[in-house]
Amino acid sequence: MPSGTIPILKIGSTLLATIQIDLHDTVVDAFQNDVLEEIEKTAASGLIIDISALEAVDSYVARMLANTGKMAKLMGAETVIVGMRPAVAATLVRMGYFMSGIRTALSLQEGLEIQDNRSKDRNAE
Amino acid sequence: MKPLSLPVSADVVAESWEIRIDKEADIIAVRQLVRELTKAHKFDQFATAALATAASELSRNVWVHAKSGQASVRVLRSERVGLELAFVDQGPGIANLELALAGGYSTANSLGLGLSGTRRLVDEFHIETKPGFGTTIVIRKWKRDF
Repeated sequence: MPSGTIPILKIGSTLLATIQIDLHDTVVDAFQNDVLEEIEKTAASGLIIDISALEAVDSYVARMLANTGKMAKLMGAETVIVGMRPAVAATLVRMGYFMSGIRTALSLQEGLEIQDNRSKDRNAE
Repeated sequence: MKPLSLPVSADVVAESWEIRIDKEADIIAVRQLVRELTKAHKFDQFATAALATAASELSRNVWVHAKSGQASVRVLRSERVGLELAFVDQGPGIANLELALAGGYSTANSLGLGLSGTRRLVDEFHIETKPGFGTTIVIRKWKRDF
């Protein structure tokens, strides 16, 4: 599948990527590249990845999400993963994967607030 | 290597599917079938996520390490309902099974949590592997009635 299957929107200085489909490994890799290119193109300082549609997140997708956050951080953008379902959180931790170093929020609304506050702090400096 | 035989219980195979794994998209096919079955049989969201994730991890193992293999998905039914997934491949096998089951060990640049993590998601986990001959893994998870 070609890249571009995961929509990426810009809201203020934050990019919002909403994962809505059952991900092929190749789509996962393409998504990572797309997001990083989009950060560069739009000079976004924040990234929100909405995974509320995902009923299951395996180690491959979990690793991609964590690594995307690390890559975005290297570029200077902060990532918040929002909407993780209870069963996904339970499954990841039972597997031994804690998504350490990745900021998460319950909802998109909360994620946007985190990004908004971060952006204000940055401007105040 | 002969397929792994499990101790036969009173559980009857109510439904059975076979999926050949020889391309990346087959990982999704196995995962989707498992998810449809857990929903059809009203497993809760935790069991659904656990089984879909386990299906994903184990079918990816087949694809990444052996390039091809067979997934069997069975609905077991007696007084209880369960899902059984079997993965059989004639790939390289696992040289250090103990280490692979301990986790944090990866030969294919993954998290190294595939086997150890999957084992923690299910009720029963059986593995048979022989370097140079292949690997057979059978897992079961039972539906809980609260």
